[in-house]
Amino acid sequence: MKTFAQLNFPGRLIAVEGLDGSGKSTQIYLLKRWLELQGLKVYFSEWNSSELVKAATSKGKKRELLTATTFSLIHATDFADRYERHLVPLLRAGYLVLCDRYIFTAFARDVVRGCPPEWVRGLYNFAGLPDLTFFFKADLGVSLQRILDGRPQLKYFEAGMDMRLSTDPYESFRIFQGRMLEQYLAMSTEFDFLVIDANQLVEKQQAIVRELIAQKIDLTEFRRAEPPSSRPKSPPTRTVGALARTVKLEEAVE
Amino acid sequence: MKSPSQNHIVVPRRTPRRFYGHGIPKVELDRVAGRLIVVEGADGSGRSTQIAMLVQWLEGCGHATTQVGLKRSSLVSEELEQAQQGNILSRTTFSLFYATDFADQLENIILPALKAGFIVLADRYIYTLMARDMVRGMDEAWLKNLYGIALEPDAVFYLNVPPEELVQRSFAKNTALDYWESGMDLGFSRDMFDSFLKYQTSMQQTFRKLQATYGFTIVDGNRSVDAINAELRKKIGAILAGK
Repeated sequence: MKTFAQLNFPGRLIAVEGLDGSGKSTQIYLLKRWLELQGLKVYFSEWNSSELVKAATSKGKKRELLTATTFSLIHATDFADRYERHLVPLLRAGYLVLCDRYIFTAFARDVVRGCPPEWVRGLYNFAGLPDLTFFFKADLGVSLQRILDGRPQLKYFEAGMDMRLSTDPYESFRIFQGRMLEQYLAMSTEFDFLVIDANQLVEKQQAIVRELIAQKIDLTEFRRAEPPSSRPKSPPTRTVGALARTVKLEEAVE
Repeated sequence: MKSPSQNHIVVPRRTPRRFYGHGIPKVELDRVAGRLIVVEGADGSGRSTQIAMLVQWLEGCGHATTQVGLKRSSLVSEELEQAQQGNILSRTTFSLFYATDFADQLENIILPALKAGFIVLADRYIYTLMARDMVRGMDEAWLKNLYGIALEPDAVFYLNVPPEELVQRSFAKNTALDYWESGMDLGFSRDMFDSFLKYQTSMQQTFRKLQATYGFTIVDGNRSVDAINAELRKKIGAILAGK
Protein backbone atom coordinates (compact mmCIF):
# COMPACT_ATOMS: atom_id res chain seq x y z
CA MET A 1 0.00 0.00 0.00
CA LYS A 2 1.21 3.47 -0.90
CA THR A 3 0.46 6.97 0.34
CA PHE A 4 -1.35 9.40 -1.93
CA ALA A 5 1.90 11.30 -2.44
CA GLN A 6 3.54 8.05 -3.59
CA LEU A 7 0.57 7.44 -5.86
CA ASN A 8 1.21 10.87 -7.42
CA PHE A 9 -2.08 12.38 -6.38
CA PRO A 10 -1.96 16.16 -6.15
CA GLY A 11 -4.03 16.05 -2.93
CA ARG A 12 -2.94 14.90 0.51
CA LEU A 13 -4.84 12.85 3.06
CA ILE A 14 -4.46 13.49 6.77
CA ALA A 15 -6.06 11.02 9.16
CA VAL A 16 -6.60 11.09 12.89
CA GLU A 17 -6.95 7.93 14.92
CA GLY A 18 -7.35 7.20 18.60
CA LEU A 19 -9.68 5.70 21.14
CA ASP A 20 -13.11 7.11 21.82
CA GLY A 21 -12.58 10.04 24.16
CA SER A 22 -8.98 10.70 23.06
CA GLY A 23 -10.00 14.15 21.82
CA LYS A 24 -9.13 13.47 18.19
CA SER A 25 -12.34 14.94 16.79
CA THR A 26 -11.71 18.23 18.58
CA GLN A 27 -8.19 18.29 17.20
CA ILE A 28 -9.21 17.58 13.61
CA TYR A 29 -11.92 20.23 13.84
CA LEU A 30 -9.39 22.82 14.96
CA LEU A 31 -7.02 21.67 12.22
CA LYS A 32 -9.76 22.06 9.63
CA ARG A 33 -10.52 25.61 10.81
CA TRP A 34 -6.85 26.55 10.66
CA LEU A 35 -6.51 25.28 7.09
CA GLU A 36 -9.79 26.82 5.93
CA LEU A 37 -8.90 30.21 7.37
CA GLN A 38 -5.74 30.16 5.28
CA GLY A 39 -7.95 29.82 2.21
CA LEU A 40 -6.88 26.27 1.44
CA LYS A 41 -8.89 23.54 -0.27
CA VAL A 42 -10.04 21.35 2.58
CA TYR A 43 -12.53 18.50 2.81
CA PHE A 44 -13.53 16.66 5.97
CA SER A 45 -14.86 13.10 6.12
CA GLU A 46 -16.02 11.04 9.05
CA TRP A 47 -15.96 7.29 9.58
CA ASN A 48 -19.29 5.55 9.09
CA SER A 49 -21.01 8.47 7.45
CA SER A 50 -21.96 7.34 3.97
CA GLU A 51 -25.66 8.10 3.51
CA LEU A 52 -26.26 5.03 1.43
CA VAL A 53 -24.94 2.50 3.83
CA LYS A 54 -26.11 4.26 6.96
CA ALA A 55 -29.62 2.81 6.87
CA ALA A 56 -28.35 -0.75 6.69
CA THR A 57 -25.73 -0.15 9.38
CA SER A 58 -28.12 1.32 11.87
CA LYS A 59 -30.71 -1.36 11.18
CA GLY A 60 -28.09 -4.04 11.77
CA LYS A 61 -26.93 -2.40 14.96
CA LYS A 62 -30.40 -1.77 16.33
CA ARG A 63 -31.53 -5.30 15.77
CA GLU A 64 -28.19 -6.71 16.88
CA LEU A 65 -28.02 -8.60 13.60
CA LEU A 66 -24.34 -8.05 13.04
CA THR A 67 -21.60 -10.60 13.50
CA ALA A 68 -17.87 -9.82 13.45
CA THR A 69 -17.81 -10.57 9.72
CA THR A 70 -20.87 -8.57 8.68
CA PHE A 71 -19.87 -5.73 11.02
CA SER A 72 -16.54 -5.61 9.24
CA LEU A 73 -18.02 -5.86 5.74
CA ILE A 74 -20.69 -3.24 6.26
CA HIS A 75 -18.12 -0.75 7.52
CA ALA A 76 -15.87 -1.61 4.59
CA THR A 77 -18.82 -0.93 2.27
CA ASP A 78 -19.37 2.44 3.92
CA PHE A 79 -15.70 3.27 3.60
CA ALA A 80 -15.56 2.19 -0.05
CA ASP A 81 -18.54 4.39 -0.86
CA ARG A 82 -16.92 7.45 0.70
CA TYR A 83 -13.55 6.54 -0.75
CA GLU A 84 -14.69 6.14 -4.34
CA ARG A 85 -17.22 8.94 -4.43
CA HIS A 86 -15.56 11.61 -2.30
CA LEU A 87 -12.00 10.96 -1.18
CA VAL A 88 -10.45 9.90 -4.47
CA PRO A 89 -12.07 12.59 -6.65
CA LEU A 90 -11.14 15.29 -4.12
CA LEU A 91 -7.58 14.04 -3.85
CA ARG A 92 -7.39 14.06 -7.63
CA ALA A 93 -8.60 17.66 -7.52
CA GLY A 94 -5.77 18.60 -5.19
CA TYR A 95 -7.63 18.85 -1.88
CA LEU A 96 -6.35 18.42 1.63
CA VAL A 97 -8.64 15.66 2.84
CA LEU A 98 -9.06 15.27 6.57
CA CYS A 99 -10.38 11.96 7.86
CA ASP A 100 -11.73 11.40 11.34
CA ARG A 101 -10.70 7.74 11.49
CA TYR A 102 -9.40 5.81 8.52
CA ILE A 103 -8.67 2.17 7.73
CA PHE A 104 -6.70 1.72 10.98
CA THR A 105 -9.93 1.93 12.92
CA ALA A 106 -11.12 -1.12 11.01
CA PHE A 107 -7.76 -2.87 11.38
CA ALA A 108 -7.96 -2.44 15.15
CA ARG A 109 -11.65 -2.95 15.74
CA ASP A 110 -12.37 -5.86 13.43
CA VAL A 111 -9.36 -7.75 14.74
CA VAL A 112 -10.47 -7.16 18.33
CA ARG A 113 -13.86 -8.55 17.27
CA GLY A 114 -12.13 -11.69 16.03
CA CYS A 115 -11.65 -11.24 12.28
CA PRO A 116 -8.35 -12.54 10.88
CA PRO A 117 -5.95 -9.57 10.49
CA GLU A 118 -4.81 -10.60 6.99
CA TRP A 119 -8.41 -10.80 5.80
CA VAL A 120 -9.27 -7.33 7.12
CA ARG A 121 -6.16 -5.80 5.64
CA GLY A 122 -6.92 -7.48 2.34
CA LEU A 123 -10.40 -5.94 2.29
CA TYR A 124 -8.97 -2.44 2.50
CA ASN A 125 -5.97 -2.83 0.24
CA PHE A 126 -7.70 -0.88 -2.53
CA ALA A 127 -7.23 2.25 -0.42
CA GLY A 128 -4.23 4.55 -0.43
CA LEU A 129 -2.43 5.18 2.86
CA PRO A 130 -2.73 8.59 4.52
CA ASP A 131 0.15 10.97 3.92
CA LEU A 132 0.04 11.79 7.63
CA THR A 133 -1.64 9.84 10.41
CA PHE A 134 -1.94 11.41 13.84
CA PHE A 135 -2.55 9.03 16.68
CA PHE A 136 -3.94 10.65 19.80
CA LYS A 137 -2.65 8.59 22.65
CA ALA A 138 -4.41 9.20 25.92
CA ASP A 139 -4.06 7.04 28.98
CA LEU A 140 -6.80 4.46 28.90
CA GLY A 141 -8.13 5.84 32.19
CA VAL A 142 -8.31 9.39 30.81
CA SER A 143 -10.30 8.48 27.70
CA LEU A 144 -12.57 6.15 29.60
CA GLN A 145 -13.25 8.89 32.13
CA ARG A 146 -14.10 11.40 29.38
CA ILE A 147 -16.62 9.04 27.87
CA LEU A 148 -18.08 7.68 31.06
CA ASP A 149 -18.40 11.16 32.61
CA GLY A 150 -20.29 12.55 29.68
CA ARG A 151 -22.54 9.72 28.70
CA PRO A 152 -23.64 7.19 31.20
CA GLN A 153 -25.69 5.22 28.64
CA LEU A 154 -23.40 2.99 26.61
CA LYS A 155 -24.80 1.46 23.46
CA TYR A 156 -24.55 -2.20 22.65
CA PHE A 157 -21.89 -2.22 19.95
CA GLU A 158 -19.82 0.70 21.22
CA ALA A 159 -19.46 -1.09 24.53
CA GLY A 160 -18.40 -4.22 22.62
CA MET A 161 -21.27 -6.10 24.24
CA ASP A 162 -21.51 -8.35 21.19
CA MET A 163 -18.19 -9.88 22.21
CA ARG A 164 -19.53 -11.09 25.55
CA LEU A 165 -16.52 -9.70 27.38
CA SER A 166 -18.64 -8.90 30.41
CA THR A 167 -22.31 -8.61 31.20
CA ASP A 168 -21.61 -5.15 32.63
CA PRO A 169 -21.53 -2.59 29.77
CA TYR A 170 -18.95 -0.43 31.55
CA GLU A 171 -16.63 -3.31 32.24
CA SER A 172 -17.12 -4.56 28.67
CA PHE A 173 -16.32 -1.09 27.31
CA ARG A 174 -13.13 -0.89 29.39
CA ILE A 175 -11.90 -4.28 28.18
CA PHE A 176 -12.82 -3.47 24.57
CA GLN A 177 -11.05 -0.10 24.62
CA GLY A 178 -8.00 -1.67 26.25
CA ARG A 179 -7.76 -4.19 23.42
CA MET A 180 -8.24 -1.46 20.82
CA LEU A 181 -5.33 0.45 22.33
CA GLU A 182 -3.11 -2.63 22.09
CA GLN A 183 -3.97 -3.00 18.40
CA TYR A 184 -3.29 0.67 17.68
CA LEU A 185 0.06 0.61 19.45
CA ALA A 186 1.08 -2.52 17.55
CA MET A 187 0.39 -0.69 14.23
CA SER A 188 2.07 2.55 15.24
CA THR A 189 5.53 1.90 13.78
CA GLU A 190 4.37 -0.04 10.72
CA PHE A 191 2.19 2.84 9.54
CA ASP A 192 4.35 5.75 10.78
CA PHE A 193 1.78 7.13 13.19
CA LEU A 194 2.63 10.58 14.50
CA VAL A 195 1.86 9.95 18.14
CA ILE A 196 0.45 12.92 20.04
CA ASP A 197 0.24 12.87 23.80
CA ALA A 198 -3.51 13.37 24.25
CA ASN A 199 -3.25 13.86 27.99
CA GLN A 200 -2.03 17.42 27.30
CA LEU A 201 -4.19 20.51 26.94
CA VAL A 202 -6.12 20.98 23.71
CA GLU A 203 -4.05 24.03 22.64
CA LYS A 204 -0.76 22.31 23.25
CA GLN A 205 -1.75 19.34 21.12
CA GLN A 206 -3.06 21.58 18.34
CA ALA A 207 0.18 23.56 18.28
CA ILE A 208 2.13 20.33 17.73
CA VAL A 209 -0.27 19.13 15.03
CA ARG A 210 -0.08 22.41 13.11
CA GLU A 211 3.69 22.53 13.37
CA LEU A 212 4.09 18.98 12.09
CA ILE A 213 1.77 19.63 9.14
CA ALA A 214 3.53 22.84 8.20
CA GLN A 215 6.82 20.93 8.27
CA LYS A 216 5.67 17.99 6.21
CA ILE A 217 3.29 19.51 3.68
CA ASP A 218 3.87 22.56 1.51
CA LEU A 219 0.54 24.21 2.22
CA THR A 220 0.99 26.92 -0.39
CA GLU A 221 0.21 24.30 -3.04
CA PHE A 222 -3.32 23.92 -1.71
CA ARG A 223 -4.51 27.52 -2.08
CA ARG A 224 -7.82 28.01 -3.78
CA ALA A 225 -7.28 29.55 -7.22
CA GLU A 226 -9.79 32.29 -6.43
CA PRO A 227 -11.02 33.30 -3.03
CA PRO A 228 -14.50 31.83 -2.62
CA SER A 229 -15.93 35.27 -1.84
CA SER A 230 -14.61 38.80 -1.50
CA ARG A 231 -15.85 39.09 2.05
CA PRO A 232 -14.10 37.05 4.71
CA LYS A 233 -16.36 34.23 5.71
CA SER A 234 -17.03 34.11 9.39
CA PRO A 235 -16.44 30.72 10.92
CA PRO A 236 -19.56 28.80 11.88
CA THR A 237 -20.44 29.34 15.51
CA ARG A 238 -19.60 26.36 17.58
CA THR A 239 -22.27 25.67 20.09
CA VAL A 240 -21.74 24.04 23.41
CA GLY A 241 -23.60 21.09 21.93
CA ALA A 242 -21.13 20.76 19.10
CA LEU A 243 -18.24 20.85 21.53
CA ALA A 244 -19.89 18.28 23.68
CA ARG A 245 -20.41 16.12 20.63
CA THR A 246 -16.73 15.96 19.93
CA VAL A 247 -15.98 14.42 23.28
CA LYS A 248 -18.77 11.92 23.22
CA LEU A 249 -18.29 8.52 21.63
CA GLU A 250 -17.55 9.10 18.00
CA GLU A 251 -19.03 5.94 16.76
CA ALA A 252 -22.34 6.65 18.36
CA VAL A 253 -25.10 4.75 16.68
CA GLU A 254 -28.05 6.88 15.86
CA MET B 1 -33.48 -43.14 -9.46
CA LYS B 2 -35.28 -43.06 -6.13
CA SER B 3 -38.82 -41.84 -6.09
CA PRO B 4 -41.05 -40.81 -3.18
CA SER B 5 -42.86 -44.13 -3.35
CA GLN B 6 -39.76 -45.96 -2.22
CA ASN B 7 -39.36 -46.44 1.49
CA HIS B 8 -35.61 -46.43 1.50
CA ILE B 9 -34.23 -43.03 2.53
CA VAL B 10 -30.56 -42.33 1.99
CA VAL B 11 -28.99 -40.99 5.18
CA PRO B 12 -26.00 -38.81 4.30
CA ARG B 13 -22.82 -39.33 6.28
CA ARG B 14 -21.27 -36.52 8.27
CA THR B 15 -18.38 -35.08 6.34
CA PRO B 16 -15.70 -32.54 7.24
CA ARG B 17 -16.18 -29.07 5.77
CA ARG B 18 -13.80 -26.33 4.89
CA PHE B 19 -13.82 -22.67 4.05
CA TYR B 20 -12.08 -21.37 0.96
CA GLY B 21 -9.92 -19.00 2.99
CA HIS B 22 -9.95 -17.50 6.46
CA GLY B 23 -13.59 -18.41 6.95
CA ILE B 24 -15.89 -17.01 9.58
CA PRO B 25 -14.32 -16.19 12.95
CA LYS B 26 -15.34 -18.41 15.84
CA VAL B 27 -17.24 -20.81 13.62
CA GLU B 28 -16.03 -24.34 14.17
CA LEU B 29 -16.84 -26.59 11.30
CA ASP B 30 -17.57 -29.91 12.84
CA ARG B 31 -18.50 -32.73 10.61
CA VAL B 32 -21.94 -31.91 9.30
CA ALA B 33 -24.52 -34.11 7.63
CA GLY B 34 -26.07 -31.31 5.56
CA ARG B 35 -25.03 -30.66 2.00
CA LEU B 36 -24.53 -27.41 0.12
CA ILE B 37 -25.52 -27.57 -3.55
CA VAL B 38 -24.98 -24.52 -5.73
CA VAL B 39 -26.66 -23.83 -9.06
CA GLU B 40 -24.96 -21.11 -11.06
CA GLY B 41 -25.77 -19.59 -14.43
CA ALA B 42 -26.95 -16.41 -16.11
CA ASP B 43 -30.50 -15.05 -15.82
CA GLY B 44 -32.64 -17.22 -18.04
CA SER B 45 -30.35 -20.23 -17.76
CA GLY B 46 -33.09 -22.11 -15.90
CA ARG B 47 -31.66 -21.99 -12.37
CA SER B 48 -34.87 -21.36 -10.50
CA THR B 49 -36.84 -23.95 -12.47
CA GLN B 50 -34.19 -26.56 -11.78
CA ILE B 51 -33.97 -25.67 -8.09
CA ALA B 52 -37.75 -25.87 -7.68
CA MET B 53 -37.70 -29.35 -9.22
CA LEU B 54 -34.78 -30.43 -7.07
CA VAL B 55 -36.60 -29.31 -3.93
CA GLN B 56 -39.62 -31.44 -4.89
CA TRP B 57 -37.43 -34.42 -5.56
CA LEU B 58 -35.27 -34.04 -2.44
CA GLU B 59 -38.25 -33.60 -0.16
CA GLY B 60 -39.86 -36.62 -1.76
CA CYS B 61 -36.70 -38.56 -0.90
CA GLY B 62 -36.97 -37.48 2.75
CA HIS B 63 -34.43 -34.65 2.85
CA ALA B 64 -35.12 -31.29 4.46
CA THR B 65 -34.14 -28.38 2.26
CA THR B 66 -33.42 -24.65 2.55
CA GLN B 67 -32.90 -22.19 -0.24
CA VAL B 68 -30.66 -19.14 -0.42
CA GLY B 69 -29.84 -16.73 -3.19
CA LEU B 70 -28.26 -13.39 -3.88
CA LYS B 71 -29.76 -10.25 -2.38
CA ARG B 72 -31.95 -12.15 0.04
CA SER B 73 -30.36 -11.25 3.39
CA SER B 74 -32.45 -9.63 6.08
CA LEU B 75 -29.53 -7.31 6.80
CA VAL B 76 -28.99 -5.39 3.56
CA SER B 77 -31.18 -6.73 0.76
CA GLU B 78 -33.54 -3.71 0.70
CA GLU B 79 -30.73 -1.18 0.80
CA LEU B 80 -28.85 -3.07 -1.88
CA GLU B 81 -31.91 -3.10 -4.12
CA GLN B 82 -32.38 0.64 -3.62
CA ALA B 83 -28.75 1.38 -4.39
CA GLN B 84 -28.98 -0.73 -7.51
CA GLN B 85 -32.06 1.10 -8.73
CA GLY B 86 -30.28 4.40 -8.43
CA ASN B 87 -27.05 3.01 -9.95
CA ILE B 88 -25.04 5.30 -7.71
CA LEU B 89 -22.54 2.98 -6.11
CA SER B 90 -19.01 2.51 -7.33
CA ARG B 91 -17.59 -0.92 -8.03
CA THR B 92 -15.76 -1.62 -4.80
CA THR B 93 -18.75 -0.42 -2.84
CA PHE B 94 -21.15 -2.65 -4.77
CA SER B 95 -18.83 -5.55 -4.36
CA LEU B 96 -18.59 -5.13 -0.59
CA PHE B 97 -22.33 -4.56 -0.28
CA TYR B 98 -23.02 -7.86 -2.04
CA ALA B 99 -20.39 -9.55 0.11
CA THR B 100 -22.21 -8.27 3.21
CA ASP B 101 -25.46 -9.73 1.89
CA PHE B 102 -23.71 -13.03 1.23
CA ALA B 103 -22.00 -13.16 4.64
CA ASP B 104 -25.27 -12.48 6.44
CA GLN B 105 -26.96 -15.41 4.69
CA LEU B 106 -23.94 -17.64 5.17
CA GLU B 107 -23.87 -17.10 8.92
CA ASN B 108 -27.59 -16.93 9.57
CA ILE B 109 -29.01 -19.42 7.09
CA ILE B 110 -26.47 -21.66 5.37
CA LEU B 111 -24.29 -22.68 8.32
CA PRO B 112 -27.13 -23.28 10.80
CA ALA B 113 -29.08 -25.26 8.18
CA LEU B 114 -26.09 -27.46 7.37
CA LYS B 115 -25.53 -28.11 11.05
CA ALA B 116 -29.16 -29.11 11.35
CA GLY B 117 -28.64 -31.59 8.53
CA PHE B 118 -30.48 -29.73 5.76
CA ILE B 119 -29.70 -29.78 2.08
CA VAL B 120 -29.05 -26.15 1.20
CA LEU B 121 -29.77 -25.18 -2.40
CA ALA B 122 -28.06 -21.95 -3.36
CA ASP B 123 -29.42 -20.06 -6.35
CA ARG B 124 -26.01 -18.62 -7.23
CA TYR B 125 -23.09 -18.25 -4.86
CA ILE B 126 -19.81 -16.35 -4.70
CA TYR B 127 -18.87 -17.26 -8.27
CA THR B 128 -21.45 -14.99 -9.89
CA LEU B 129 -20.39 -12.20 -7.55
CA MET B 130 -16.75 -12.75 -8.39
CA ALA B 131 -17.37 -13.04 -12.14
CA ARG B 132 -19.44 -9.83 -12.22
CA ASP B 133 -16.65 -7.97 -10.44
CA MET B 134 -13.90 -9.49 -12.54
CA VAL B 135 -15.68 -8.49 -15.75
CA ARG B 136 -15.74 -4.98 -14.28
CA GLY B 137 -11.99 -5.01 -13.78
CA MET B 138 -11.73 -5.77 -10.08
CA ASP B 139 -8.66 -7.53 -8.77
CA GLU B 140 -9.03 -11.31 -8.59
CA ALA B 141 -6.71 -11.68 -5.58
CA TRP B 142 -8.73 -9.07 -3.70
CA LEU B 143 -11.94 -10.99 -4.45
CA LYS B 144 -10.41 -14.28 -3.38
CA ASN B 145 -9.46 -12.81 -0.03
CA LEU B 146 -12.90 -11.26 0.36
CA TYR B 147 -14.71 -14.52 -0.36
CA GLY B 148 -12.31 -16.56 1.73
CA ILE B 149 -15.22 -16.40 4.18
CA ALA B 150 -17.23 -18.76 1.96
CA LEU B 151 -17.85 -22.39 2.70
CA GLU B 152 -16.78 -24.82 0.01
CA PRO B 153 -19.96 -26.39 -1.44
CA ASP B 154 -20.44 -30.10 -2.07
CA ALA B 155 -21.26 -29.40 -5.68
CA VAL B 156 -21.52 -26.44 -8.02
CA PHE B 157 -23.47 -26.84 -11.23
CA TYR B 158 -23.03 -24.17 -13.85
CA LEU B 159 -25.92 -24.10 -16.32
CA ASN B 160 -24.26 -23.13 -19.55
CA VAL B 161 -26.50 -21.47 -22.12
CA PRO B 162 -25.15 -19.57 -25.15
CA PRO B 163 -25.76 -15.80 -24.98
CA GLU B 164 -27.82 -15.89 -28.20
CA GLU B 165 -30.20 -18.36 -26.53
CA LEU B 166 -30.29 -16.26 -23.34
CA VAL B 167 -31.52 -13.29 -25.38
CA GLN B 168 -34.35 -15.38 -26.79
CA ARG B 169 -35.34 -16.68 -23.35
CA SER B 170 -35.18 -13.21 -21.91
CA PHE B 171 -37.60 -11.89 -24.53
CA ALA B 172 -39.88 -14.90 -24.14
CA LYS B 173 -40.22 -14.02 -20.46
CA ASN B 174 -39.99 -10.21 -20.37
CA THR B 175 -40.39 -7.59 -23.03
CA ALA B 176 -37.08 -5.95 -22.27
CA LEU B 177 -33.51 -6.89 -21.42
CA ASP B 178 -32.39 -6.24 -17.85
CA TYR B 179 -30.03 -3.29 -17.41
CA TRP B 180 -27.54 -5.15 -15.21
CA GLU B 181 -27.74 -8.47 -17.03
CA SER B 182 -26.91 -6.52 -20.18
CA GLY B 183 -23.87 -5.00 -18.47
CA MET B 184 -25.05 -1.53 -19.50
CA ASP B 185 -22.96 0.05 -16.71
CA LEU B 186 -19.84 -1.13 -18.53
CA GLY B 187 -20.39 1.02 -21.59
CA PHE B 188 -19.69 -1.79 -24.09
CA SER B 189 -22.31 -0.38 -26.38
CA ARG B 190 -25.26 2.01 -26.30
CA ASP B 191 -27.18 -0.72 -28.07
CA MET B 192 -28.66 -2.93 -25.35
CA PHE B 193 -28.80 -6.00 -27.57
CA ASP B 194 -25.12 -5.71 -28.46
CA SER B 195 -24.20 -4.96 -24.89
CA PHE B 196 -26.12 -7.99 -23.61
CA LEU B 197 -24.29 -10.35 -25.97
CA LYS B 198 -20.90 -8.87 -25.19
CA TYR B 199 -21.50 -8.87 -21.46
CA GLN B 200 -22.83 -12.43 -21.31
CA THR B 201 -19.97 -13.64 -23.46
CA SER B 202 -17.40 -12.13 -21.13
CA MET B 203 -19.28 -13.51 -18.12
CA GLN B 204 -19.02 -16.99 -19.64
CA GLN B 205 -15.31 -16.57 -20.28
CA THR B 206 -14.84 -15.48 -16.69
CA PHE B 207 -16.82 -18.46 -15.41
CA ARG B 208 -14.57 -20.74 -17.40
CA LYS B 209 -11.58 -19.09 -15.80
CA LEU B 210 -13.11 -19.54 -12.34
CA GLN B 211 -13.95 -23.13 -13.18
CA ALA B 212 -10.24 -23.88 -13.38
CA THR B 213 -9.83 -22.71 -9.77
CA TYR B 214 -13.06 -23.86 -8.20
CA GLY B 215 -13.75 -26.90 -10.33
CA PHE B 216 -17.48 -26.70 -10.84
CA THR B 217 -19.49 -28.97 -13.05
CA ILE B 218 -20.55 -27.42 -16.32
CA VAL B 219 -24.02 -28.58 -17.31
CA ASP B 220 -25.33 -28.07 -20.83
CA GLY B 221 -28.32 -25.81 -20.19
CA ASN B 222 -29.42 -25.84 -23.77
CA ARG B 223 -31.52 -28.97 -23.39
CA SER B 224 -35.00 -29.83 -22.14
CA VAL B 225 -35.78 -28.99 -18.51
CA ASP B 226 -36.25 -32.69 -17.74
CA ALA B 227 -33.01 -33.79 -19.33
CA ILE B 228 -31.09 -31.24 -17.30
CA ASN B 229 -32.90 -32.19 -14.11
CA ALA B 230 -32.17 -35.88 -14.66
CA GLU B 231 -28.47 -35.09 -14.89
CA LEU B 232 -28.58 -32.96 -11.74
CA ARG B 233 -30.47 -35.63 -9.78
CA LYS B 234 -28.00 -38.29 -10.77
CA LYS B 235 -25.05 -36.20 -9.62
CA ILE B 236 -26.71 -35.04 -6.41
CA GLY B 237 -27.85 -38.59 -5.68
CA ALA B 238 -24.24 -39.70 -5.85
CA ILE B 239 -23.20 -36.91 -3.46
CA LEU B 240 -25.88 -37.87 -0.94
CA ALA B 241 -24.82 -41.49 -1.12
CA GLY B 242 -21.30 -40.33 -0.31
CA LYS B 243 -19.80 -41.34 -3.65
